[in-house]
Amino acid sequence: MNGVHDMGGQQDMGPVVCEKNEPVFHASWEGRIYALNCAIRAWRKWSLDTDRHALELMPPVDYLRMSYYERWVHRLEAQLVQYGLVSKEELESGKAAPGSARATPAFGLATSDSWLRRAIASSDDPNVRALFTVHQRVRARNINPTGHTRLPRYARGKIGVIVRDHGVYLFPDTNAHFQGEKRQHVYSVRFAATELWGENASPRDSVHLDLWDDYLERA
Amino acid sequence: MKSLESLLVEKGLVDPAALDALIDTMEHKVGPRNGARVVARAWMDPAYRKRLLENAPAAIAELGFTSGQGEHTLVVENDPKVHNLVVCTLCSCYPWPILGLPPVWYKSAPYRSRAVIDPRGILREFGTELTEDVEVRVWDSTAELRYIVLPERPAGTESMTEEQLAALVTRDAMVGVAKVTVPRPGGDQ
Repeated sequence: MNGVHDMGGQQDMGPVVCEKNEPVFHASWEGRIYALNCAIRAWRKWSLDTDRHALELMPPVDYLRMSYYERWVHRLEAQLVQYGLVSKEELESGKAAPGSARATPAFGLATSDSWLRRAIASSDDPNVRALFTVHQRVRARNINPTGHTRLPRYARGKIGVIVRDHGVYLFPDTNAHFQGEKRQHVYSVRFAATELWGENASPRDSVHLDLWDDYLERA
Repeated sequence: MKSLESLLVEKGLVDPAALDALIDTMEHKVGPRNGARVVARAWMDPAYRKRLLENAPAAIAELGFTSGQGEHTLVVENDPKVHNLVVCTLCSCYPWPILGLPPVWYKSAPYRSRAVIDPRGILREFGTELTEDVEVRVWDSTAELRYIVLPERPAGTESMTEEQLAALVTRDAMVGVAKVTVPRPGGDQ
């Protein structure tokens, strides 16, 4: 989706502001919402890709105005209702519906370690053939999907060179929408800064993106 | 927030003790100190450095750091001619097990937008001035790969122990917005 989250190349966002000795969480609620987002994912109602897309679906003004963890509150509430873990009425009242069943937490102290250590789904599955090879010139396809994608706008249509094959990963464009894992190879693709930004960019500089087979074509 | 958490606890969807443990991990167990130990080891031990560059997850696990979001970590090495910088333009991907949760600036619009189009400008804002003959390589974390920068070991640290070296290594150096420097005796830098 061509949204405000796809920020690479924007020039009007102001200077980077660093806080000295920044705490991990600025207030206790930030820690709670961080932990709630992690723990609730153990119900496997949605994937990390779905989670990322849920942030992208926020109204752009809210996305830019809210702090990072405020966005997480917004996302968690939306996901809980959308995937049926909590009803809208329960969310509004802050109380479970009378007579509703009580679940056993999917993410408990006993299971937390194995959940946190689980591998992000990827594999060296030899049955998934790589469509491209290291050193090959490729073009990032000019696609504009209306759903989730990990191909930023600034690279679309640009030519790069594959520098590494990372192996096989789930395809976020389908996985985010429960349309299958569509496992395929992901490559590190090097784009010259001049290819991305024109002749005034430094001729030595480059940007590397990790891109799936479906984002690439021969060049 | 309190009412959202109490609702989820009441419904049996989350365990408050498990939430406490998640927060404790991020506040006290993971963070840039872990990454600094990896960097210092790589500076001290060439065989470890080689393993780290070839298979970072295994080399990092040798030091006991293994938990979510870091399974596919890659280490990119700075040298006098190459400077690496890490960003996630689309969201906030970051190597949690060795650097902890990212700082606000890393997740902010100014950094995410400009790191790819004006990395040298970003570096200058962090006080890192690079000459034109240095190649800047930006790594945009668009997939499930997480990047950390192996900074250059500063001159004048030959006699330091691994622990002393680790104390020099900052989060910013491992994201690539700064270099590792040695504080001058009596100075504030």
